[in-house]
Amino acid sequence: MKRKEYILNGIKLIFLSIVFVLYIFPFFIVLINSFKERKDILTNPIMIPDKLNLSNYIDAYTKMDYLHAFANSLIITVFSVVLITLFSSMTAYIFVRRKWKFNQFMFFFMVASMIIPFQGIMIPLVKIYGSIGMMNNKWSLIYMYVGFGASLAVFMYHGFIKSIPVELEEAATIDGCSQLQTFFKIVFPLLKPTTVTIAILDILWIWNDFLLPYLVLISPDQRTLPLSVFYFYGTYTIEYGPAMAALMIATIPVIIVYLIMQKQIIKGVLQGSIK
Amino acid sequence: MDLEKNFLSKLKTYLIFAGPVTIAFFTVIILPFIYGIYLTFTDWNGISATHTFIGFNNYLQMFKDKVFWTSFLLTLKYVFFSVIFINAIACFLAYLLTSGIKGQNFFRAGFFTPNLVGGILLGFIWQVVFSNILVYIGQRFNLPIFSASWLSDPNKAFWALVIVTVWQYSGYMMVIYISGFMNIPKDLLEAASIDGANSYYRLKNIILPLMVPSFTISVFLTLQRGFMVYDINLSLTNGGPYKSTELISMHVYNTAFLSQQYGIGQAEAFFLFAVVATVTLLQVYFSKKMEVES
Repeated sequence: MKRKEYILNGIKLIFLSIVFVLYIFPFFIVLINSFKERKDILTNPIMIPDKLNLSNYIDAYTKMDYLHAFANSLIITVFSVVLITLFSSMTAYIFVRRKWKFNQFMFFFMVASMIIPFQGIMIPLVKIYGSIGMMNNKWSLIYMYVGFGASLAVFMYHGFIKSIPVELEEAATIDGCSQLQTFFKIVFPLLKPTTVTIAILDILWIWNDFLLPYLVLISPDQRTLPLSVFYFYGTYTIEYGPAMAALMIATIPVIIVYLIMQKQIIKGVLQGSIK
Repeated sequence: MDLEKNFLSKLKTYLIFAGPVTIAFFTVIILPFIYGIYLTFTDWNGISATHTFIGFNNYLQMFKDKVFWTSFLLTLKYVFFSVIFINAIACFLAYLLTSGIKGQNFFRAGFFTPNLVGGILLGFIWQVVFSNILVYIGQRFNLPIFSASWLSDPNKAFWALVIVTVWQYSGYMMVIYISGFMNIPKDLLEAASIDGANSYYRLKNIILPLMVPSFTISVFLTLQRGFMVYDINLSLTNGGPYKSTELISMHVYNTAFLSQQYGIGQAEAFFLFAVVATVTLLQVYFSKKMEVES
């Protein structure tokens, strides 16, 4: 019995390793070719380079305006996520603690609206915000992310706040805290696990999002990282080396964060999907 | 604890706490959604300041448009195969990675990696794989299946899209299935073994019924994302060769923003919304019915 188990485990391990290599292979291929010159990529794309030539990276870095695009992505992601978590937690709090008919209606309405896909509203969205001159501006984009992200966040906070006993807040009110003080001093710190989950899900979504920024941000100096790679790749496809380097420098920041926060990210994804 | 006695103080509390979300929600989701329905009845071309009301013409045009139906059927085919492969592979990987194997955390982290990177980048990365690497391997080792780029053959380009999608999402769904497997009570399985249930009966009568909630979520997510896919479609095949892999989202985008037929584009988008809403609601309804309490 022991021996059979041993062999079975060996087979499983070999199988998983093969699948693992298949999963990582595309990243690996791009990585090794990002150090090569064009002619080496064409003659043998699976050969491992003998020296680390960084000229492709310098090329991609300058032509993509990498730092600028990175900063744009960072500003948009950070502000959107902070505003979504802040405003959604406040909204969910009032929805749970005040059982007004209107609150119940709004909660239901927001949850039901989650079935509307982005493609269902992108055309009128562009028309409306184009006609009032709110396009090509990262602050409009952040505003839109708050609108798109609020429903799920309110829904997740709602579930969590329901489980918090109300007595603490009553005590705070008796001690003279205003409603906002009660919320920020007592309730918001308790919501931390949910806030982390929502932040992880929203960071993955907003940092990598393409279609919405593609529609909203028009001028080159506004581009986010995915947009910048997209335009760079479209213009320089023939220059394989720099194109691969561009893919790598856009991927690496996320991979680094993942290596540091891997446990929280997997946990966050899990909790987000169960809701 | 109702602290607000009259309507005005209630309104004040509501606006302080829920004001920003309410405004953003209505102006970003609800207003465009309603305005979008209105747009489907007009002939707006994207530029002119005026547009006229043309009734159901856009919908009629959409139903008569062969290209639209080709794209829609292709999307159905794409969704069908990607949902099946993603969930089968994800579930199998999750099963292996919850059997207490060495290095399971390492494997889990590895399989999840594609989900960290945006679809645009993933599509470009695989473009390199299909057009350069596999072609090179095909010619070098004389494998006819890879000797020409998959992306230049309509049928193979479709499967390339499916492969990349499966590669992208199976790690995400695997995480959901892993939590499903870990939530199956161990004592229940042990009790069944003692009562003489072999592994087939345990699988059929205990494990699978308790995994239904995980299937519900994963199938829902993969259905929704499958119908909506755009990024990978754009960066991997850009609808080519000869528009043969233009999925429905890309078709909507092109009709509206490239052909400047905003009314028809929005009618198609609305049709897509109705299809996705119906399919996912039916799916969730029927899978919920199959769920049991553990």
